[in-house]
Amino acid sequence: MTQDIDRARDAALEAIRTAGSVADLDQVVADHLGKRGTLATLKKGLGSIGDPDERKQAGASMHAARAAVEEAADERRASLGDAEIDARIADERLDLTEHRHAGSRGHLHIVTQAWERLEDVFLGLGFSVAEGPEVETDWHNFEALNMGEGHPARGEFDTLFVDHVPPGGSAGSTLLRTHTSPVQIRTMLTQEPPIYVVAPGRVFRRDTPDATHMPVFHQIEGLVVDRGISMTDLAGTIEAFTKAFFGSGFTSRLRPSYFPFTEPSAEFDIQRPDGSWLELGGCGMVHPEVIRAGGLDPEEWSGFAFGFGIDRMAVMRHGVADIRDMYVNDIRFIEQF
Amino acid sequence: MKILLSWLNDFAHFADVDDAEAVAAIASDLTSLGLAVEEVVPTGRGVDGVVSARVLRVETHPDAAKVRRVWVDAGDGEERHVWCGASNMGAGDLVPLATLGTAMPDGRTIERRGILGIDSEGMLCSGVELGVNDDDGGILLLDRSADAGLPYTEVLGTRPDVLFDLDVTRNRPDCWSHLGVARDLAARRGFDIAMPTMVSERLGAPRSVPVEIIAGDRCARFTTTVLSGVRVTESPAWIRQRLSAAGMRPINNVVDVSNLVMLELGQPNHAYDLEQLAGESIRVRLASDGERLTTLDGVERTLDAADLLICDGEDRPIGLGGVMGGLDSEISESTTVVALETAWFTPRGVMETAARHGLRSEASARYERGVDPYVIAAAVGRFIALLSESCPDLVAHAGGADERSASLPEQTRTAVLRGSVLDRVLGTSLDPDRVTGMLAAIGFDSVPVEAGLEVSLPSWRPDCAAEIDVVEEVARLHGYENIGRTVPRADVFGHLSPAQRRRRRVREVLVGLGVSEAMPNPFLAPDELERAGLSGPHLSITNPLAVEESALRTSLRPGLLKALSYNESHRREGVALFEIGHTYPPSEEELPDEQEVLAVVLAGCEAPAAVAVWDEVCAALGVGAQLDQSSPGEGMHPTRSATLRAGRDLLGVVGEVHPAVLAAFEVSERVAVLEVRLDVLLARSEKVVGATAVARTPSSDLDLAFLLDDEVPAERLTKALRQGAGSRLVSLDLFDVFRGDSLGDGRRSLAYRLRLQDPTGSLTDGDIATIRQACVDGAERIGATLR
Repeated sequence: MTQDIDRARDAALEAIRTAGSVADLDQVVADHLGKRGTLATLKKGLGSIGDPDERKQAGASMHAARAAVEEAADERRASLGDAEIDARIADERLDLTEHRHAGSRGHLHIVTQAWERLEDVFLGLGFSVAEGPEVETDWHNFEALNMGEGHPARGEFDTLFVDHVPPGGSAGSTLLRTHTSPVQIRTMLTQEPPIYVVAPGRVFRRDTPDATHMPVFHQIEGLVVDRGISMTDLAGTIEAFTKAFFGSGFTSRLRPSYFPFTEPSAEFDIQRPDGSWLELGGCGMVHPEVIRAGGLDPEEWSGFAFGFGIDRMAVMRHGVADIRDMYVNDIRFIEQF
Repeated sequence: MKILLSWLNDFAHFADVDDAEAVAAIASDLTSLGLAVEEVVPTGRGVDGVVSARVLRVETHPDAAKVRRVWVDAGDGEERHVWCGASNMGAGDLVPLATLGTAMPDGRTIERRGILGIDSEGMLCSGVELGVNDDDGGILLLDRSADAGLPYTEVLGTRPDVLFDLDVTRNRPDCWSHLGVARDLAARRGFDIAMPTMVSERLGAPRSVPVEIIAGDRCARFTTTVLSGVRVTESPAWIRQRLSAAGMRPINNVVDVSNLVMLELGQPNHAYDLEQLAGESIRVRLASDGERLTTLDGVERTLDAADLLICDGEDRPIGLGGVMGGLDSEISESTTVVALETAWFTPRGVMETAARHGLRSEASARYERGVDPYVIAAAVGRFIALLSESCPDLVAHAGGADERSASLPEQTRTAVLRGSVLDRVLGTSLDPDRVTGMLAAIGFDSVPVEAGLEVSLPSWRPDCAAEIDVVEEVARLHGYENIGRTVPRADVFGHLSPAQRRRRRVREVLVGLGVSEAMPNPFLAPDELERAGLSGPHLSITNPLAVEESALRTSLRPGLLKALSYNESHRREGVALFEIGHTYPPSEEELPDEQEVLAVVLAGCEAPAAVAVWDEVCAALGVGAQLDQSSPGEGMHPTRSATLRAGRDLLGVVGEVHPAVLAAFEVSERVAVLEVRLDVLLARSEKVVGATAVARTPSSDLDLAFLLDDEVPAERLTKALRQGAGSRLVSLDLFDVFRGDSLGDGRRSLAYRLRLQDPTGSLTDGDIATIRQACVDGAERIGATLR
């Protein structure tokens, strides 16, 4: 019996040694160790051995044989598996530079990118974002901003007028907003102070397009109305914005200027780390008449406002040579950013 | 405004023109005062190395016909030879010679250069080459009586000076004069200013030019002064030099003095030849429609009833009030008696007349901003003093006219400045005495009153009327740079509104889908909406720059189609663009029915691509709409488009652009398009999605294919299958659509895979069979048959 077991064991080991694949090996294992396999068949015969010693000895042989076969099968399986993975790896080689760039991502307009960056900086400074219509009434765009009919400053805006006539109103009283400042009035009329808002938006001027001007462009307006707001708050906010948006190496200054809707009025300039100055925008303390037009009492509420161009931020950031390039909608321009 | 440092120095000595550091400090002070210095230009310095030279003789050379040999003496007695292309000089003339080594303004360096083997020892210069004038017709001829060997600038009488080009804001008419700028600068520096020499005596016998102001609301003051003994000649060198340096061309002594007074004190004025002034009197009235006047610039102008005229005693127009004099009464060489006009016109009237005639003069620019109505006496006195220099026999006659009307601004106006307001607005705590002193330095005298300071507002500051105007003056003089910096700390926090956050999400989704953002012009040509198949009314700009940009869009599609056409014509096909922008349909309300719209165009794509974009936008925003293919929308492909409806709201359109519209916009590819009311979508309240635990029980797939008539939308079959599968349906996927002869015309096969799962246990074969039957029954009810 023991000899039968040894023969069966040797046959199994030989079959395992010569198995060519994991699948072959699985078959070999089934043939020898499976329910109807050679060793299993012999095992069933163990019970018929009468002599206890002989039976015991045959049982030990059987146990050893099975262990040897299983161990050999495991070893063989491991080496066969490694070889198969190696073969697959070798077979699957790819050159990753052989791909074609699909360019499937879309691109945000650089004015939108500048707009959102500006919004984000002001959100961080505690401002919310206000909006208003692009077609405006003369009252919101001029009158309420301390520019009554015939005010000489109106002439500087090169206003585009729209042929909409409001009920009971007159022709020529509807226009494309020339600045985002009417949002100041709309915000004060609809929102209780304290007001801390920026109003980015599209504005319109009757300007012939050239490398630095478009008749349709974008501004961002800031408005703060609260108790006890002073010009130091304006100067400090402009400085905080300058550092947050341009970087800690930049600083700002205010110098006197004139806008009908602010007093005192100022231009604000940005100083680059190299010491050069850049005129950025206008600002000032909200004129008492404007606070009044917004339905608030200037003796109780004071505030400041500022505004500047968004397009120019995009032009400066990306070194756009001609502002008109941003509005041709040439995909070759858009997809650069 | 061009301001000369030498002129400012006449009021108080601010800086030497050669002291670069002091000049820079003045520029910095001016900017800090709100008089922004755009440019600092050194003038009158001349070109080093160019000297006066006497022409000894001029020769021609037989082999060089185009040039002359000029022999000159540059003051050292030595004969020098130069070649010269010009021929306007002769022996005895004094000419500028650029000696060897001179660096010319155009960048050339004068070198020894030869023609025909004969060297030139320098170059004779034209006015253009030296930057003296714009005459390039020949060599600049200097005053023959001067010596050779001097710097040519000395012969010309030009002196080094510095010109500040100021950007004077509209609220500072006083700074359209040297006096006004000097006053501000002196206040900053703590200097007193000295007024220039004036003649206040009128020693001549009374002689009047009476004035009648008829249009009193347009002309508030009109004075005349008669001056006899006038001799019209060239101005003294210093006056010519000063005017040239300030950018004005010298004409004759009378006109030059007139201009000088205006640049110095800000008062425009006009000298009439009294012998040419019929009736020796003046009427100030409005023009009648169609009346004509030829102005000094030689243009005959047709006037209307809103134009203000200065007329002679016979009521003939001799000037356009506040804008420009007439040609007929101009000073001539034979003039001996002049009537000097100094007047004050209401700013708005001058502004409107100047704008109407497109005629902006030095006078109108000042009047429309607001001249000091009370500087007239000084201006007349200065005029007499200056004209006396060139007219020794000048007599100023007593008894001139000074007519005034009710519209003349008060000479003294006041405002009360409360100390509490000053510090509240500026965030400062300024010493009251210092405030009083700063204001006094610019002529804002003040007296303490109970509330604070009662401040007199000077007549040259028409922009100042209220307390806040005085606050600004204090801030300006204190210096904005000396105002502190604080950041307001309010009990607020910055945040985007839900709609603003959702707008950003839409942009992110679209960019993720490979669509890029465009910003087309919102102004269209009048026919472009129609070409896009859109028939509704639209608004227009009444004063457009060009008619091609005059229609206000009611849809974003025309702009995006133009962008696709542009890209296609530049060999970029398959472009995917979106725009988020406003449309402006007409309305009966206070303002047009302005809407925020999202439009997407996908070149080279079929309608389902646009539907897929719409589905993604819907998923991102948690919104939805019914696709109504029975009404495809204007300008859309009739069999490949649908309108998007939510309840009764029409949200937009989705599908493909009508082939005729594509042709009209010269787009050769198909274009899938989505255009929706973004404002409506953003306004929908944001629904928070509740989490559903993922079931861990096994799922089973069920594949079903049906035949369905083309008339029945697939959406109905989808809905029937969803109903049939009930609560155990996890997902439903239309994985194949097939049309073919084997199926017969007008039908297609739709194959779906349903994934089924019961979260409470395994589905048995029986469960699945029941679900299958329910699906088939439901499908059959809408006319679908199982394949």
